[in-house]
Amino acid sequence: MAPVMSLPQATWSTAYNRFGFGARRLGAPLAGDPREAIEAELSEPAAGQIRNAELPSTPQALVTLYEYSASQADERARADALRSAGVAMPTPTTAALMLSPPVSESIMDSKDARPQKPAPNPVVRIYLAEAKARLDAACGAPIGFVERLVAFWSNHFCVSASKGQNVRITAGAFEREAIRPFVLGRFVDMLQAVERHPAMQHYLDNAQSVGPNSRAGQNAKRGLNENLAREILELHTLGVNGGYTQADVTEFARVLTGWTVVGREGNLGEPGAFVFNANAHEAGPRDLLGRHYDQDGRAQGEAVLADLAASPATARHISEKFARAFVADSPSPTIVGRLAEVFRKTGGDLGAMAHALVADKDAWSAPPTQLRDPWQMLVAAYRALGLDHSDANRVVHAMTLLGMPLWTPGGPNGFPDATDAWLSPEGVKTRVEIANMLGRLTKEAPRPRDLLERILPDAAESTREAVLRAESGPQAYALMILSPEFQRR
Amino acid sequence: MMLSRHPSRREFFGLSGSVFAAANLPRWASASGARDPRLVVIVLRGALDGLSAVGPLGDPDYADLHRELALQRDGAHSALPLDSFFGLNPAMKAFGQLYANKQALVVHATATNYRERSHFDGQDVLESGMPTPGRTESGWLNRAILALPVAERARGGALAVGYVPPLVLRGQAPVLGWAPAELGPPTDDFVGRLASLYDHGDKELARALRAGFEADRMINRGGMNALKAGGDVVDQMKKAATGAARLMNADDGPRIAALAFDGWDTHVAEGGATGRLAQLLGGLDEAIAAFETGLGPAWKQTVIVAITEFGRTVRVNGDSGCDHGTASVAFLAGGAVAGGRVIADWPGLKAINLYEKRDLKPTTDLRAVLKGVLADHLGLGTSKLGDAVFPGSANVTPMTGLVAA
Repeated sequence: MAPVMSLPQATWSTAYNRFGFGARRLGAPLAGDPREAIEAELSEPAAGQIRNAELPSTPQALVTLYEYSASQADERARADALRSAGVAMPTPTTAALMLSPPVSESIMDSKDARPQKPAPNPVVRIYLAEAKARLDAACGAPIGFVERLVAFWSNHFCVSASKGQNVRITAGAFEREAIRPFVLGRFVDMLQAVERHPAMQHYLDNAQSVGPNSRAGQNAKRGLNENLAREILELHTLGVNGGYTQADVTEFARVLTGWTVVGREGNLGEPGAFVFNANAHEAGPRDLLGRHYDQDGRAQGEAVLADLAASPATARHISEKFARAFVADSPSPTIVGRLAEVFRKTGGDLGAMAHALVADKDAWSAPPTQLRDPWQMLVAAYRALGLDHSDANRVVHAMTLLGMPLWTPGGPNGFPDATDAWLSPEGVKTRVEIANMLGRLTKEAPRPRDLLERILPDAAESTREAVLRAESGPQAYALMILSPEFQRR
Repeated sequence: MMLSRHPSRREFFGLSGSVFAAANLPRWASASGARDPRLVVIVLRGALDGLSAVGPLGDPDYADLHRELALQRDGAHSALPLDSFFGLNPAMKAFGQLYANKQALVVHATATNYRERSHFDGQDVLESGMPTPGRTESGWLNRAILALPVAERARGGALAVGYVPPLVLRGQAPVLGWAPAELGPPTDDFVGRLASLYDHGDKELARALRAGFEADRMINRGGMNALKAGGDVVDQMKKAATGAARLMNADDGPRIAALAFDGWDTHVAEGGATGRLAQLLGGLDEAIAAFETGLGPAWKQTVIVAITEFGRTVRVNGDSGCDHGTASVAFLAGGAVAGGRVIADWPGLKAINLYEKRDLKPTTDLRAVLKGVLADHLGLGTSKLGDAVFPGSANVTPMTGLVAA
């Protein structure tokens, strides 16, 4: 029998830092009950959505890429020549890297380029526009819990832009189309949207996975690719100890054959869109994880995904990760248990999970021991210092320098959520260098005392002293965002 | 293009971008033969120890009170003699040469009217020109531009060096922005402050920080760390000055510029003729030299003013540094300066002569110096100087004779 839970005092510091992206220097200060303020953010009608007609849908982005690739053979050869001729930057420092555009763009702008300005690379342009939309959303939120949820789920179901241009140009759209609509919705809906999304299909090679006995398999002598099937089981749903076997992986890969992306010729439908290609599908009933699936076509994969979403192993795996992302590197089994119970009881209602976290006593009482990851730290710094975020390029660079290149994790397990991963000497040094620069970019010279009061009202005396004794405003701002209270959440 | 906007990509490429920006401003009418003055204001943030920059060697209490930080007449690092009483920090060789050529002077025992010891408030008063801190909308240099006759103003662009313009040049008058391509790494002082903050409250971060910067030193600095660490700062100052001078030397370039150099808050291991302060002064010296070189013939019509928010204690503290004080020095250099002298109503260093028994007492209002430069170099009238430019300073008489006739 559970004891009656008395909720600890909810502080604004916890609301801002554990749940959100930190307090903002600009804008009206929030007041009242911090829990209610977070709840209010969750109940915004369009919570988590980005409405920006200028951002292309995935098919639009891929069609742009198809056209660009076809027309740019010459241009690329020229750019390669420029690159090998040494047009790239000299050995750059952190600050210089952050302040300069990516090489791909600098070549376009270089004075050494031919007089006729080549069309800007749409991959870079769209990637940066998507980055800007994400940055604007995170900087603009009063607290930012929903945007933290977006980042969490986007990293859980990550794609990586390093896979190729077809992933880089759709990574932002993937987040907008497959993650954001469901951060407060149902896990199963997010799962379905993610796995069929062209960015994921490309990233984990399912777009070219072909049933060996399908018509396409017979003709082209191509075969099965298990990549997506394995990662769905291991990373997206059950977890590595979730009780599946190699036979399950292979069988699931057969189920997923035919899930692919329409090519530029548009033979199967709208170019750049997801499609189920029956010609590539390994037809027939399948047995995996102790169940029998006799559906035809696409419905078979959807049925497997629905069962995976409802598995108790998935509830445990997701709840543990969720608690780790927000509360502690090693969250107590009790909070994980409470979240898993909510997940199970609500059929994977992610909104209910979010509410449960806000209502959980541990979430408000656990000490702030985790280091902000680079995205969290940069957004928090931009909010705290009121920095101009119209140029997302700078933040994108900083993320790369800090070891968290946007939408570009090293593998399908995403970026680490544990503090140790970010607490490296090089990582901390880079934080110092970037903070040092951000301090100097701070405009209107806010008074350090006022800023500290606003951003870190609970700062320890040592932090207060260091900030107030700084020799200049920029130094004070940099010390503030490097302070343990700011770096930890 | 104003720097109050986000700096464009072009600006990050360096000078060419900013010259392009300058070309969009009204051209200076450079009628041949007409006076075409250049004014550079350098803000030394952190509170410069005037007593180790320009030592009162003839004061009987100086050596005892300022101890290991005091400059000396003799020895391996002897001060550069300025007159029978004052000696210049030997790190400032170029300034010493300009002084000998009567193109540089020092104002000693000077301070604004600010008498507390907060850097931020002190810099606020220094740069805003307001009688009290916290009214930071604009700086005195910007308001000085607005106070120029319209025809003169149309000739002028002003240049703020740095990604955020120094307060002294912020305001309604349009300002060009330019920053060296890189801001430079954090200084050793900054890392030291952070390390001591982490030591208090976060051992993990402290360990990572030390390891990070230690590795950096071993890789990049190979055993010369103290020297090279200072070298980074020196390099930054020189780069900023070189770029600013190049822009100001263009026919249609800006005539007024403001720069800010950080790092003067020497609470620990300040050093005197050698060490940290000397490295910083060496950087300032190189910056001044870079202006002389870069401005070419325009140097003749140039005044550079280097100022700080307040000075440091006369006595050395327990860490071989000095704490926040009151009066300090101001440096003036340039072909248009009536130089070769130290201007000081020396208050003395005996206990009864110190401000609050600890600081060099201010005997010259720094605003009088600045107003003197604005009056004689840019031709601003006394009433505007006492009202629009330095509000509430009508009783502070502009110092005359700073600029060569």
